[in-house]
Amino acid sequence: MSDMTGTSDPQVLLSGEPSGEPLEERPRLPITLTVNGRPVEAVIEPREMLLDVLRERLGLTGAKRSCDVQVCGACTVLLDGLPVSACCTLAYEARGREVLTIEGLACDGRLHPLQEAFIDCTALQCGFCTSGMILTAKSLLDETPHPNREQIRAALQGNLCRCTGYWNIIEAVEQAAQAEVQGG
Amino acid sequence: MLAPFRIHEPTTVRDASRLLLEHGDAAAIYAGGTELLLLMKDGLVHYPHLVNIKTIAGLDQVALQDENGSRTLTLGPLLTHRALARSATLREQAPLIAQVAERVANARVRAAGTLGGNLCFGEPHSDPATLLLAWDAVMELTSTDGSRRVPAISFFVGLLQTARQPHEVLTSVAVPLLPAHAGAAYEKFALHERPSVTVAAVVYLRDGAIAQARLAVGSVGPTPLRIGEAEEALAGDRPAESAFSHAAALAARTVSPVDDLYGSAEYKRHLVRVLAARALSAASEQAARRERA
Repeated sequence: MSDMTGTSDPQVLLSGEPSGEPLEERPRLPITLTVNGRPVEAVIEPREMLLDVLRERLGLTGAKRSCDVQVCGACTVLLDGLPVSACCTLAYEARGREVLTIEGLACDGRLHPLQEAFIDCTALQCGFCTSGMILTAKSLLDETPHPNREQIRAALQGNLCRCTGYWNIIEAVEQAAQAEVQGG
Repeated sequence: MLAPFRIHEPTTVRDASRLLLEHGDAAAIYAGGTELLLLMKDGLVHYPHLVNIKTIAGLDQVALQDENGSRTLTLGPLLTHRALARSATLREQAPLIAQVAERVANARVRAAGTLGGNLCFGEPHSDPATLLLAWDAVMELTSTDGSRRVPAISFFVGLLQTARQPHEVLTSVAVPLLPAHAGAAYEKFALHERPSVTVAAVVYLRDGAIAQARLAVGSVGPTPLRIGEAEEALAGDRPAESAFSHAAALAARTVSPVDDLYGSAEYKRHLVRVLAARALSAASEQAARRERA
């Protein structure tokens, strides 16, 4: 359940959320999606949020629930490479698409350059916002490999951190961009 | 968790309209979900039927049309804010619209939220609504009855209310391209995801004077407002700071902000005056620059 990387066997999940409504009145929908490179088949209810499916059914707890109104960015995941608030995105939207969570970022046991840079720069304290920060930064670097400071600030504007004061985070993204250049 | 609902996936606007008619109050159009799902999560609304219009092809395009020499950009309602910000056609033909889209809310909302959803939701703090109201955009609404065109000034009716009937789908937003002697500008002040004050101005110059000015102020009332009194005062005037200050003061007097999380009424009124003067001045300068070029 917890290992979402490395194998290509589809993971099959059934909707298990207890609910007050009679079962027959709850519409269900079979979907297939890719989570961190691995195919997943799931029977969801249309009302289920992506964050709940990731956290409660796939055991991927890196994306955090905080504001729950798509303001803070703690639940950020990438959907086909673009950041979305998993707390306010229907799991239905992930059908046929690729979801990347923080758990899928390291490759062959090696941390992603952004993860390394966040450690090097002490770009986190409590860590609650970190997965969202890193995934938002990844979508920026995928599109703009050499962002200037203003572009980094603009990209991260929707991700809130209550510990760091942001400077170290911005430095970490700059360092990761340089590391990616050096690493080819 | 949300109360249960079904998602319908029409492939034509006509089918979407038919589904909306069939389910009446029990149905809502679903596109980006960035506004609708928030209200559903809060339990303020519940729709047992969501009609997903993202399964209708062709509603996410930017098209340039030339009719009898007047050029119009047609924006599809399913364009996300991100797509608007990145559209090469838009950046070339009406860069301000792309720039405003680039600053809507945050990167996640811009990736999911759509232009049509933003406009049809009638949320008072909408960036595109304020801009397109000043721009004199025209909304095309389509249903099983056919299509009709509603100018922006008649589209925003009240808090979360537009001229769209429940079974109508916003199928395009027509944006007239500004002639060489016109300029447009947008100013906003935001402490949160949604702005405290939004101001848009479009200014047309002729023979060194203001031929026409349009000024819209948003986020400080149930709908964005055109400031007719200021527009009349500016018409025929010289494009000078004194004229813009006077018009801005009229705008500040016209709006009725309230004290809320976005600022005190007094502060927002102050912001309206400052931002309106800035927007008018910037639009006028741009018009003068374009005229010279």
